[in-house]
Amino acid sequence: MPCVSCAGLMMADRNGVVRLRFKGPAGASIEADSIRPDLFLSRTLVEIQALPALCDGRDATLGDLFHIEGDRSDRVVVEGDLRHVDKIGFEMSLGGIVVRGAAGACLGAGMRGGEIFVEGDVADLAGAQIQGGFIRITGNAGHGAGAAYPGEEHGANRGTIIIEGDAGREVGAKARRVLIAVRGSVGELAGADMTAGTIIGFGRIGKRAGEGNKRGTIVALGEAPDIPPTYRYECTIRPVFLRCYLLRLLALGLPVPQGAVDGDFRRYSGDITSLGKGEILVYAKP
Amino acid sequence: MNINGVEIENTFAEAFEMWASRLIVTAVSDRWAMTAAQAATGCATSIVGCDCDAGIDGVLAPEQTPDGRPGVMVLFFTLSDRDMGKVLMNRVGQCIMTSPTSACYDGLDADTRVKIGGRLRFFGDGFQSSKLLEKRRLWRIPVMDGEFVVDESFSMRKAVGGCNFLILAEDERAALSAAETAVERIRDIPGVILPFPGGILRCGLKVGAKYKGQFAATNTAFCPTIRRQVAESKLPENVNCVMEIVVDGLDETAVREAMRVGINAACRAGVVRISAANYGGKRGRCHFHLHEIMGVGRTGDA
Repeated sequence: MPCVSCAGLMMADRNGVVRLRFKGPAGASIEADSIRPDLFLSRTLVEIQALPALCDGRDATLGDLFHIEGDRSDRVVVEGDLRHVDKIGFEMSLGGIVVRGAAGACLGAGMRGGEIFVEGDVADLAGAQIQGGFIRITGNAGHGAGAAYPGEEHGANRGTIIIEGDAGREVGAKARRVLIAVRGSVGELAGADMTAGTIIGFGRIGKRAGEGNKRGTIVALGEAPDIPPTYRYECTIRPVFLRCYLLRLLALGLPVPQGAVDGDFRRYSGDITSLGKGEILVYAKP
Repeated sequence: MNINGVEIENTFAEAFEMWASRLIVTAVSDRWAMTAAQAATGCATSIVGCDCDAGIDGVLAPEQTPDGRPGVMVLFFTLSDRDMGKVLMNRVGQCIMTSPTSACYDGLDADTRVKIGGRLRFFGDGFQSSKLLEKRRLWRIPVMDGEFVVDESFSMRKAVGGCNFLILAEDERAALSAAETAVERIRDIPGVILPFPGGILRCGLKVGAKYKGQFAATNTAFCPTIRRQVAESKLPENVNCVMEIVVDGLDETAVREAMRVGINAACRAGVVRISAANYGGKRGRCHFHLHEIMGVGRTGDA
């Protein structure tokens, strides 16, 4: 289901859109970090076709890899078998991208603004180190969504990532300020080493969630997760701030459990091996 | 000009440019949201003697508030943007944060902002935390019933304060009844408040006084008990009681509409004349001509 934020993007599909259809080579590893609305906005079709890309580590252009229609627009539609096409929307700052089908790694990584809507699964590191903007993935996400690149110190800083399927390990690791909502299950080490930010899991949350968490919030709306031994039970409350978040998710069309907005949450604070001001909130179903 | 047999004097109300902020106060129930709002807007009738003008702008249903709880909108008016910071710090900190289950959000969309939650957070003694939901930064301050949630900053904009009209009536009952009806109607208009008790002012003021150090005094021209003792009395023979309605609003349009609706409602049996208070047009930038407001062209200043 397209979210409210993507409604305008979907409508723009008919005209005023730059459309890219992947033509191959099939199975090749593609880096297409120039598929960015802010780069397309002021470029003619010929100029867009000439934008650089990498195909199996060799220099190529977008025109070599995609059939392209349209120009001078910040609305972009990408179609085809994109499972091996990485870095779509990399560091984009405005506009919108609709990806029809599964996408490769690092989708929207480092983006600062705009919206990406993926009608399918994405590989690892979707929204890694984003600094703003909105990503919605209707399928599953690989490891490290909203996290830091391996070896990097900081993960996502601002922005919103909605994953309607399952998410892999280390969702939101080292993140701050970001909101990540996962409708399905979340893998291990979600929110590990978070500085701040919020991760909301509707399904099962894997082990070791919030390990090294400084000030971040992990919310379990579904199955009660294993609470790491470095967290302490504080109280059962109805957090007012969380109501704002859950109402926003409801507005985005996510199935927040009935009663959760007004519901009680068991609050665990930790990680005491780190700053210890983070929290895991577990929905205490009536 | 006459409405329902009541004379509308050819004069104008003199109002002032002020700064306004709108806050949304929420709580677990209507009752507690209103309690916090009333406490925050207490003793805020006039900047003559209070730190601000303040009042309740309206009640919000849960689906209209940021946290989905019952809410009340309150408006604050100050003479300067710097004053607004002090006023909101005191009133949010002392009256809203202290009220059970309350939370406080910015209710205005304007560019000028004053940091409130970002300063109140220090009350959390190091245990406060913030949340960034899209562009909204919320502070969570631990308190004894859970957490006080407050916006990092509140916006403010230039507004209009001190607009007014006077209801000159044959007796107290007629004056009060007309004023009550006007207040009831004006309260339906968004973006305006009536800062005086029950929305009605019985001691209008004039600028200047006979006593040294007293910069304002009772509006002698409209006091019936001294009409023979003051040369400037503006009371017709058959007027024995005057009530004033003071209107502060987010913009001139809202104030004008409040004046129009209020004057219309006040024109009823027992009321002799509708007038307005001004200071010769020299103190306030905004002049609201009664005839113009009530639908005829301006015919000159009083």
